[in-house]
Amino acid sequence: MSHAIDITQLTKTYAGGHRALCGIDLHVEEGDFFALLGPNGAGKSTTIGIIASLVNMDAGRVSIFGHDLVREPMAARRQIGLVPQEFNFNMFEPVEEIVINQAGYYGLEGSAVRARCEVLLRELGLWEKRREMARNLSGGMKRRLMIARALIHAPRLLILDEPTAGVDIELRRSMWQFLREVNRQGTTIVLTTHYLEEAELLCRNIAIIDQGRIAAHTSMKALLNRLNCETLVLDLMAPIDAPPHLVGVDCGVVQVDAHTLEVTVSRGQGLSGLFAALAAAGVEVLSMRNKSNRLEELFLSLVAQGRQAQRGVGEGE
Amino acid sequence: MVSRAYWVAFKTLLRKEIRRFSRIWVQTILPPVITTALYFIIFGNLIGRQLPAIEGYRYIDYIVPGLILMSIISNAYANVVSSFYGSKFQHYVEEQLIAPIPSWVILIGYLSGGVARGLSVGAAVTLVSQVFTSLPLHNLWVVFSMALLTSILFSLGGFINAVYAQSFDDITIIPTFVLTPLTYLGGIFYSIDMLPESWRCISLGNPILYLINAFRYGFLGVSDIGLLQAYAIVLLFISVLFAYSLYLLKVGRGLKS
Repeated sequence: MSHAIDITQLTKTYAGGHRALCGIDLHVEEGDFFALLGPNGAGKSTTIGIIASLVNMDAGRVSIFGHDLVREPMAARRQIGLVPQEFNFNMFEPVEEIVINQAGYYGLEGSAVRARCEVLLRELGLWEKRREMARNLSGGMKRRLMIARALIHAPRLLILDEPTAGVDIELRRSMWQFLREVNRQGTTIVLTTHYLEEAELLCRNIAIIDQGRIAAHTSMKALLNRLNCETLVLDLMAPIDAPPHLVGVDCGVVQVDAHTLEVTVSRGQGLSGLFAALAAAGVEVLSMRNKSNRLEELFLSLVAQGRQAQRGVGEGE
Repeated sequence: MVSRAYWVAFKTLLRKEIRRFSRIWVQTILPPVITTALYFIIFGNLIGRQLPAIEGYRYIDYIVPGLILMSIISNAYANVVSSFYGSKFQHYVEEQLIAPIPSWVILIGYLSGGVARGLSVGAAVTLVSQVFTSLPLHNLWVVFSMALLTSILFSLGGFINAVYAQSFDDITIIPTFVLTPLTYLGGIFYSIDMLPESWRCISLGNPILYLINAFRYGFLGVSDIGLLQAYAIVLLFISVLFAYSLYLLKVGRGLKS
């Protein structure tokens, strides 16, 4: 399968001396829904900025669907739609004009563009607001406007930098559904987000970047398989005085309060044995949930491991 | 195919710019027209009536071409400096930077916006001047070409100012402390032949003097300097500033880290 993004040894040091990227390699397959995660200041936005021609690279090579960003910049840019983290449209322009103008910058005009604009604004719930000045939109609407604008030229690659930041959960879910459909129709999507649940739900492949280095670059499934254990929170039917002693299962039990237990079980261990042991101990379970997002645990552990390794190298020098 | 795409991108930029200054015409078109009308009333009619003719023309007729060109200069400059700085400040210049548009198309798009506003205001001021005097037209080609070249030149000035500006204060410093004095001392209200020799020599170092005189020649057929000299100077400045603006845009000065 061909690559939507091919990054080789990409390096960037800012004027102040901050080294944002230390020679990263990154590949995103065509048609993928790809998550680029990392803590604040890790290098995500710099990577996206370079891909979108908003940041100058120092060294390395970036190609978009085989078009080198330096040798064929126009062909490479034509493939990309960008939804940045910050609102970057003229607040004093009407919604429809912002989207139509963006098409114009890609050399597109006429009735086909107007029709596509209508479809996008309708799908994103902005059609009724098309003549409103952008500054009058709510935060969620402004984010959706940026998505419509990024898609107006039907890009093969859509890059979303924190697209759901500050968006309420209902709207976030409708945006997920919209993006899944865009991806299903063949658009490659690269997503950065602080909501790790979002990345786990939407993305097939993932890279974790920290301190300008790639800490992990694999499939979401392979990454989640690295987890050795998970913690379940059990809400109980009746109060208990002390944590029960569970016979025949390998797990840790912590009593949170009279109605709540936290049970840590190792991966691969079936839950039937756990429930049987709980029943034998006279504990009836009302409901159950994961204590924390699985990806979040992995993310934190990978970032910590990476930093520890860096410290080791630093001390060695 | 590619050139058509660039043409569409250019049209989009120009349309966006024209819509921008038309939407706020009370701030962009009306004030220079009112200000210049006041100049016509005060300097042309009230004070001008007391003054002798200059090079055979009534004082009001002598100053009208300079006042028209002054409004073209200040509006072409103001349009590009405020529009481009605004697009930097609100980051929507990124809409153009990520798109497959070469730097020269972006630059020409913004310059055309400045030219459109400069010429619109110039036309409006010319119409208003007809209320106060009946201006002769010696050479339409000189009038039009000099108005066009002047608006291009000062649009370029506005663009460079916007690239370097880091705050809204920075976009008012050059117009207030450089452009306005040079324009007023550029021979709008007097002929440099009326100045003492030393001041006359100093005035010849002011590029705006050449533009105003050439423009005045187009209307009245009189000028303190040679027409070819004026065209040479304006074309030289345009070439240098265009090349520099293009360089700034290509390296992303003030736009890309």
